[in-house]
Amino acid sequence: MRTIETHISIPKWIEELELGKKWYKFSRSPLSLLGLVIACSTIILALLAPFLAPYPQHAGFYHNFMESCQGLSLKHPFGTDQFGRDVLSRTIFGFRYSLMMAGVVLLLVVPLGVILGLIAGYYREKIKIIEIVIMRIADIFIAVPPLVLALAICSVLTPSVFHAMMAVSLMWWPWYTRLTYNVTSSLKEEYFVQAAEVTGASSSHIIFKEILPNCLGSILTKVTLDVGWIILIGSALSFVGLGAQPPTPDLGTMVAEGGNFLPDFWWISLFPALAISYTILGFNLLGDGVRDTFVEER
Amino acid sequence: MKEMVNLLWVENLKKHFKTSYGIVKAVDGIDFTIKSGEIFGLVGESGSGKSTAGHVIVGIYTPTVGRILFKDQDISVPAIKRPKRLKREIQMVFQDPASSLNPKKTIKDIVGLPLKVHGLVNSKEELEEKAAKALEMVELPPEELMYRHPADLGGGEKQAVSIARAISTNPSFVILDEPTSALDVSIQAKIIKALMKIQKDLNLSYLFITHDLSLMRNVASMVAIMYLGKIYEQAPTGMFFYNPLHPYTKMLLSSIPVLTDEENKMKPKKVAPKGEIPSAVNIPPGCRFHTRCPFTMDICKVKEPNFVMVEPGHHVACHLYNQK
Repeated sequence: MRTIETHISIPKWIEELELGKKWYKFSRSPLSLLGLVIACSTIILALLAPFLAPYPQHAGFYHNFMESCQGLSLKHPFGTDQFGRDVLSRTIFGFRYSLMMAGVVLLLVVPLGVILGLIAGYYREKIKIIEIVIMRIADIFIAVPPLVLALAICSVLTPSVFHAMMAVSLMWWPWYTRLTYNVTSSLKEEYFVQAAEVTGASSSHIIFKEILPNCLGSILTKVTLDVGWIILIGSALSFVGLGAQPPTPDLGTMVAEGGNFLPDFWWISLFPALAISYTILGFNLLGDGVRDTFVEER
Repeated sequence: MKEMVNLLWVENLKKHFKTSYGIVKAVDGIDFTIKSGEIFGLVGESGSGKSTAGHVIVGIYTPTVGRILFKDQDISVPAIKRPKRLKREIQMVFQDPASSLNPKKTIKDIVGLPLKVHGLVNSKEELEEKAAKALEMVELPPEELMYRHPADLGGGEKQAVSIARAISTNPSFVILDEPTSALDVSIQAKIIKALMKIQKDLNLSYLFITHDLSLMRNVASMVAIMYLGKIYEQAPTGMFFYNPLHPYTKMLLSSIPVLTDEENKMKPKKVAPKGEIPSAVNIPPGCRFHTRCPFTMDICKVKEPNFVMVEPGHHVACHLYNQK
């Protein structure tokens, strides 16, 4: 009957033990580890860009037409662009803008979407009107493709990184609402939720202390996977000129700028494009790993 | 013997669910009373509405019709409107131990939740102490389990934690919804033993919902048989097993497997089990059991039998006894 063989009384220890188990499960998959390494490397590059980039001043207004459009060399491993700026340095700075976009969007979207989803899911049968209002509004937003709406918003307003982030956020929250709503509506049928209700626990206790911790695995998985998607959309917006404006070293903007010089000066576009793929690949692999680790099969 | 006072009255309790197939009459007019310190066994097949009855009493559902009185207070209102004090006094142990404990919480937090909700503890230490006490009552070692998560526990241990949570607030009435049906036989006995000991120690009343008649013979002081949302026979345990009256009861009792001749003699004459319980959407007219009853008469198909007292304390709803 007993499944425990060790005697532990320190709570902290157990916490570490739980995390240790999770890490063991995660580290079994080489692809997840690769994803973690890639994701961490992009974050480090973004954070330490001024120190890691060989020519940090090339990130902004800078020109040196003597060196424009030079091919790959030891001095400029990724070559230089039409203004003579080092592509490697600008790509490293590019991670900053891409990850910042994803970070800001998720920071806005996740709490809002999750709370609405929890409320809609929990009150699904109790107060039907709440569920109807929240979920139908979410449906309306889901019906519009995020890129198309972002394009519309950014072309009406002045194109800028800020407006691009707002537009993507506006389109992104319903996915979190839907996800949390689905998990919540099945969780609230579980006996432990009913037990809390019966004993007289408040709705906020049940929603945030009983249900939310059981949703976190799914949410974390979606967050990780979404980093890639948001970067892709941000880059697409920049590519068509509606996101970050030159000379900001945004990866999408750089790909677009370099497009004018294809195929002769291919490195101007290719390396930022590879950087986008690298980031998305990393976060997708990481997301798969997170899902396998944290989302238990029910 | 000390006088027992009525703790819970249930009067003409009905719970109907609207579904896309029609109205499911899960509980369709049941009456009973439970005295304080009594173990009331509510027995029935799957689909007889016994669990729904328990859920209505504890407040998960609001009754469609009928009244529930607990200590002279009407509790047939939505759970939110029940006084908090009564929620402390009425607790429930659920059928499935795997789903009744939050997998993300520690055992201490699970057992301590009702204590916290009802403001019975003032500090972390007190919570820990009281949770440990509740775990000790169900014979679990607190020092080993307090900071564990439910996933680290076996099925029997989980159910014991569930019981510890139910008794942590010192309630007077606990609803046990098939507390042992999901457990191994060896563990069942342990859990039942713990439940009986707690019942004596705390002078609790149980509403014991189960499909296990032979278990009721050993633990219950009153047994009621439920079929398709109605109670068809109710009697003190001794009378119930000595002199079962309703054909359905006889059918159930005669299908209990026995080992010894002595036990065999105690069984009523063989009534062959026949058919399955009909759907609660299409309840047969007249006596609900007539489709499976070996003694069906014409009157059974049209008129519902009254619930009559045949001997002191022994009630039955069957036309065989209504005529007397």
